[in-house]
Amino acid sequence: MPDELLSDVKVLDLTHYIAGPYCTKLFADYGADVIKIERPGTGDPARQLSPFFKDEPHPEKSGLFLHLNTNKRSITLNLKTDTGQEIFKELVKEADIVVENFRPGVMANFGLDFPVLKGIKPDLVMTSISNFGQNGPYRDYKASELILYGMGGEMYSVGVPERHPLKQGGNVVQYEAGAAAAAATMGVLFSSRLQGIGQHVDVSIMETQLAGVDRRHATLLAYQYCGDIQPRIAGWMPGYPSGAIPCADGYVEIAAGAALWDRVVKMLGEPEFLKDPKWTTPTAQTDPALKEEFETFFIPWMMERTKAEVWQAGQAARVFCGPLFTSEDLLHDQHFNERGFWEEIEHPETGKVKYPGRPFKLSNAPTPPRRPAPSLGQHNEEVFSDLGYSSEELVKLRDRGVI
Amino acid sequence: MSKLPLEGIRIVDITVVWAGTFATQVMADLGAEVIKVENIHIWQTLTRGMQARPSKELISTQVPMVGGYPDREPGDRPWNRSPLHNSLYRNKLSVTVDLRIPKGMEILKRLIQKSDVIYENNVPETMEKLGITYDWLKEIKEDIIFIRVPAYGLSGPYKNYRALGVHLESVIGHNVVRGYPDMDPSSNSAVYMGDYVAGVQGAFAVMAVLHYRNRTGKGQLVEMAQAEGAMPMLGEMIMDYTMNNRVQGTLGNRDMHGAAPCGCYRCKGEDRWINITVSSDEEWRGLCKVMGNPSWAQEERFSDQLNRAKNQDELDALLEKWTINYDSYELMHLLQKEGVPAGPVMTAPDCFNDPHLKERGFFHRVSHPEAGTHLYPGFLFRISDIPMEYRKPPCRMGEHNEYVYKEVLEVSNEEYTQLEAEGHIGMDFDPHIR
Repeated sequence: MPDELLSDVKVLDLTHYIAGPYCTKLFADYGADVIKIERPGTGDPARQLSPFFKDEPHPEKSGLFLHLNTNKRSITLNLKTDTGQEIFKELVKEADIVVENFRPGVMANFGLDFPVLKGIKPDLVMTSISNFGQNGPYRDYKASELILYGMGGEMYSVGVPERHPLKQGGNVVQYEAGAAAAAATMGVLFSSRLQGIGQHVDVSIMETQLAGVDRRHATLLAYQYCGDIQPRIAGWMPGYPSGAIPCADGYVEIAAGAALWDRVVKMLGEPEFLKDPKWTTPTAQTDPALKEEFETFFIPWMMERTKAEVWQAGQAARVFCGPLFTSEDLLHDQHFNERGFWEEIEHPETGKVKYPGRPFKLSNAPTPPRRPAPSLGQHNEEVFSDLGYSSEELVKLRDRGVI
Repeated sequence: MSKLPLEGIRIVDITVVWAGTFATQVMADLGAEVIKVENIHIWQTLTRGMQARPSKELISTQVPMVGGYPDREPGDRPWNRSPLHNSLYRNKLSVTVDLRIPKGMEILKRLIQKSDVIYENNVPETMEKLGITYDWLKEIKEDIIFIRVPAYGLSGPYKNYRALGVHLESVIGHNVVRGYPDMDPSSNSAVYMGDYVAGVQGAFAVMAVLHYRNRTGKGQLVEMAQAEGAMPMLGEMIMDYTMNNRVQGTLGNRDMHGAAPCGCYRCKGEDRWINITVSSDEEWRGLCKVMGNPSWAQEERFSDQLNRAKNQDELDALLEKWTINYDSYELMHLLQKEGVPAGPVMTAPDCFNDPHLKERGFFHRVSHPEAGTHLYPGFLFRISDIPMEYRKPPCRMGEHNEYVYKEVLEVSNEEYTQLEAEGHIGMDFDPHIR
């Protein structure tokens, strides 16, 4: 067996949708044996979510599911049945980690909560991911990507003051929670390995936003420090230049302001009029007349240049900036292609498709070859025969709706 | 009570701004001894604030995240009072050393000999100029773990390009898929998903590599380009392009998988909002019930998910005429009671007053010698047997010089005095730094 980063780690994956599967994907993509345990018949509901390959709804063709479940094995198991629960307990004996994202209380209803599983495997790490955590008044409340960002994240200050606040793109909050859960799980695996002690990790997606670095950490503390609420304003900060600014062929996101003013002047070729001390007074960045004067020069300067040209001029002057790319621009971008970031994966239903690669590279450990996301129950036979079930017994279990 | 998971692991932290700093905070919370290496002669914009010595007048014009010093006063050492900084430095130690001169590099070398991990997220050329390379580190300590987290990686055309999270998110396609669908991108604000995932995935990477070292004895160079680490967060949009050649545009607050209605609606009061997401007919019936089953909701155009998605603009307008009559919290409880996913858009004071967060004890009261006593946000996760705590308040610059030099590096009192005189050790930035 190749000695990959996590090839000695076995994960039982009871997760579905996004946050949980992204957590276990990080383990799987670096060599852990991740056994995804799905409901017989329908499996992970993410199998029903768009985008589908060639827009054809099909449980093995969801791009979301295919992306989130690379390198995992799939078995089906009905945890509502006594036999299903017994089989799960047998699997736990050989596992290092269980990750689940059922509604709080569901694992207890199955008779599979942490005290029970720890009784079977004393050094087990169990990670439970839920919307609001395993206790508290909102424990059983329902949520969505949008709702979790509004409650936990710094949504209030995104957008313009006269309109409603804005969420992030896609399902970012759930991915962030999954990545945070992976860090927690990996950390606790240390205690498990070195001290022989199992632990239960409670991940509230709302709290992964509140404690997260996407501004909420600083706006909460700033409110405590000075009593002011972060306002909803467009751009990076009040001041100029700031935010997504139009140019000849699109937009460039630029961050500047008082602390970075010298860099902006340099980017613009050090025009004489910007050397006046009025541009560096404490109130220069909030003076509307100065902003207007600046833009009289700056907007034409932007409109005469492409986003690539602005990006380069900015980088030469150490200005924090970047062009607004679409997914199409991104896939064709020279940098990421040259670095070999994209990974092409062959799947029986889709053929070869390009996927986002792994987040980090290692100098001194092999990374496992890519395996596509499993079809529903693809690994039933190999996993259950490892537990000692014969083919005949498997047929019976299937007939009884256990697998 | 168990020991903290990373007790006994020492991390040399030469990170800047947020992306790397968040990673070392996660590991400091888990018990690693994180030693932040700082230089009193160099100002790192955005790490200990925007400016070293901002005037009271300047900070009064800044948004709270930047200018929200305690009581809007910069104080004697503003760099120890900035909310940008103090929100990311709990449980860490701070040592000062001037890495621009050989003696400073010699000190760093001695620190690395006694450490497990060195974490950095600078522009690659910065490390190269200092001579901090994996080969150099390996000579000092064979099994050292060196993690480098620049914006775009250690190779390729953008290698030395600078970016904050929002800029690399522009490049990977995040900024064109968020925003108001009927306005241009200049109407949107900066978010920092890139910093978030660089932080937690960087921490994951280090712990996984430490795990590997424990098993194999091998050290490691880990390279994580922030842009690449963040791309999986947009996986389904990228896959839509690679599978179907479709370029996703902005959906605003709507759900990309078709839940409808899904939006943010105005409530009673000033700038108060509620988010509602309906992803099944059952939830739609719940919403209708709370609304008192108005006749418009029974119309054919809203009869199922597809119709509701198709006619969402009209639906949103009708819903907002109803939500405007309610307090956002009151409406959340009414809707949740009927099984409808809903929640207020919470401001900072909402968070501190929230009964759920109070019951879960999310906030922690922390006293800081130069910032005073305040409630600080809690932790990303909880562990059954291991209390997550502010074992130490956010570190002041140079606060742990004595400990690091004398106890970790075993420097004599005499040498310590000499290092002080040479400008390595101090608690104040050079006076010329503005």
